[in-house]
Amino acid sequence: MALPQAKQDTTEARLSRLSLPEGGWPEAARRDALTRLRAMGLPNARDEYWKYTRPDTLTAPEAPQAAVLHADETPIFGARDTLTVVFVDGEFDAKASDDLAMSGVTIDRLAGAPDIHWAKDIYGKLETAGQIPVARPLATLNTAFATDGLLIHVTGKAEKPIHFVYRHGSETSDAILHHVVRVDAGAEVTILESGPAAARFNKCMEVDIADGGALHHVRTQGRDHQRRAATHLFARLGTESTFKTFTLTVNGVLTRNEVIVDLTGDDAVAHVAGACLGDGDFHHDDTVFITHDAVNCESRQVFKKVLRNGAVGVFQGKILVKPGAQKTDGYQISQSLLLDDDSQFLAKPELEIYADDVACSHGSTSGGIDDDSLFYLRARGIPRGEAEDLMTIAFIAEAVQEVEDVSLQEEIVERVSAWLARHRR
Amino acid sequence: MLEIKNLHVKLEEEDKAILKGVDLTVEAGKVHAIMGPNGSGKSTLSYVLSGRDGYEVTDGSATLEGEDILEMEPEERAAAGLFLAFQYPVEIPGVGNMTFLRTAVNAQRKARGEEEMSSAEFLKVIREKAKALKIDAEMLKRPVNVGFSGGEKKRNEILQMAMLEPKMCILDETDSGLDVDAMRLVADGVNALRDAGRAFLVITHYQRLLDHIKPDVVHIMANGRIIKTGGPELALEVEERGYEHLLAEAV
Ligand SMILES: Nc1ncnc2c1ncn2[C@@H]1O[C@H](COP(=O)(O)OP(=O)(O)O)[C@@H](O)[C@H]1O
Ligand SMILES: [Mg+2]
Repeated sequence: MALPQAKQDTTEARLSRLSLPEGGWPEAARRDALTRLRAMGLPNARDEYWKYTRPDTLTAPEAPQAAVLHADETPIFGARDTLTVVFVDGEFDAKASDDLAMSGVTIDRLAGAPDIHWAKDIYGKLETAGQIPVARPLATLNTAFATDGLLIHVTGKAEKPIHFVYRHGSETSDAILHHVVRVDAGAEVTILESGPAAARFNKCMEVDIADGGALHHVRTQGRDHQRRAATHLFARLGTESTFKTFTLTVNGVLTRNEVIVDLTGDDAVAHVAGACLGDGDFHHDDTVFITHDAVNCESRQVFKKVLRNGAVGVFQGKILVKPGAQKTDGYQISQSLLLDDDSQFLAKPELEIYADDVACSHGSTSGGIDDDSLFYLRARGIPRGEAEDLMTIAFIAEAVQEVEDVSLQEEIVERVSAWLARHRR
Repeated sequence: MLEIKNLHVKLEEEDKAILKGVDLTVEAGKVHAIMGPNGSGKSTLSYVLSGRDGYEVTDGSATLEGEDILEMEPEERAAAGLFLAFQYPVEIPGVGNMTFLRTAVNAQRKARGEEEMSSAEFLKVIREKAKALKIDAEMLKRPVNVGFSGGEKKRNEILQMAMLEPKMCILDETDSGLDVDAMRLVADGVNALRDAGRAFLVITHYQRLLDHIKPDVVHIMANGRIIKTGGPELALEVEERGYEHLLAEAV
């Protein structure tokens, strides 16, 4: 089927500003991705999957300008003992980064990768598999043009968390990064990500977790108001493996986070959660697709959005239970706290089930702060603003509690409190 | 301590008068009780005094230690020393009981220009007071009132009162839904706080709470007014003969 001319034009205009990195093992995958991208075209407003989020600034040839915020906050997760990897506007900063070595993990960079590498079996492969049944062209673009990223092989229990710090330095930066994570059987790692990254950030992470492996992923997308991001997280889960991902997003004119999980081994567990807070010109889209393709797997999606002053939140979440995926336990909740009438929450929860012995539930709600609760807190002497903040933190708690590490939960709540205090009416 | 004069209150949303000229003065160190049939306006009085939305004061005044409280925000009234133990304590999922209470104690202290309580001190004090009310550590950790039984909720109200040490305590049907043991715990909690600088307004439907918390003055409220005021014997009269004859007398 030929691509509509408009789509073709948008795609070619974007491609004209990019050059395919050459050489090494990824080249074949990149060329394949470019071919696939030309066949599907970049998304536009007519695409059903982009009904609630306008993709034009994500697909435009140039990144729209985004002022760099010089925050007086200390960077999140900064006080933790982590293996820290710094990218500035998508460029690896060797000086600011730790040595890419620790026990339980081997790490290479995508840029300058040798001819033979384990990542060849994953890079672009999970992304390709994730194109069915819905096309995700920005991920394909990423596979073709990612300039760098880390290839993380987790062979045992990682000594400490890996922390990606994404700094934003230039008002027009346009960053494309692609990470690959392979977790061996029984191995375990925590990956943290933080920072605004670039004026426009396209990030893809492919995660392959073998039997009994575990990956904990906690990310914060902070605070620059004008930044844009489109991210994809593809995860394939083996038997009895665990994958937990949580994202805190504050500010940002446009963020679209897609998480695509394939439960391919029995008894696997996937939790996908997020909390976002937006004030004013803020658009946040969580698009999740979870496929149950094995027996007795559990999946949870927990999303909470705090929206005010015309902020927009989007949730598109789907659970697909394939034939034979019996004893599936699927849970999905998406809720918004609308702090005024101008804000909007658009939710499209979906269940598609082809097995008979499953328990799946989903719910979606929108509402304001409960007046009775607010009065109760104020009657005890808690000023209105502080009481509203307490209620807001309570509202997002279910999502934050999806993070297993309590100290991480606490650090996230601290950041949320600080954000709320700054945005108090 | 608390002086209410000719208080008239209607609902904000509709033209329905609920309080129709309440006069009431509670002196420091005293316990006053308000009794009255359902729907007579007791809870409305307690809500209006503590600043809940939805009511409009059309006439009259209410002062706490000489200060007009009706113009204050609810949190300002609390910081000024007013406390309402709710008839229906609110469940607040996600907000831990401890966090809530520490925030409240320190917010009031801050509003009064006092030093905040350290976490260690707070913990020590709350453990002690919770123990007296038979509130276990588990309950303190749970979200505010979520999953609490009726009796636990009421004891939690008294714990809050004990922690906040208000000057003017209004208890709205704190006895309802309590068994005898729980009522004794609640009454002991209240009695422990009785002192010369503090006053209580105990709203109750039944006389039995007043066996444990001995009132100095008893008021009967009906149809938005105090229709009779007397000593503790008035409560006994209600217990024996019900409200009907008092209502009949008042007409
Ligand atoms: N928010 C409200 N909306 C409608 N009616 C109300 C409201 N609050 C109180 N009322 C009415 O006012 C009257 C007094 O109620 P309330 O103060 O709860 O009485 P009590 O506590 O003495 O039982 C009742 O008739 C009740 O229905
Ligand atoms: Mg009542």
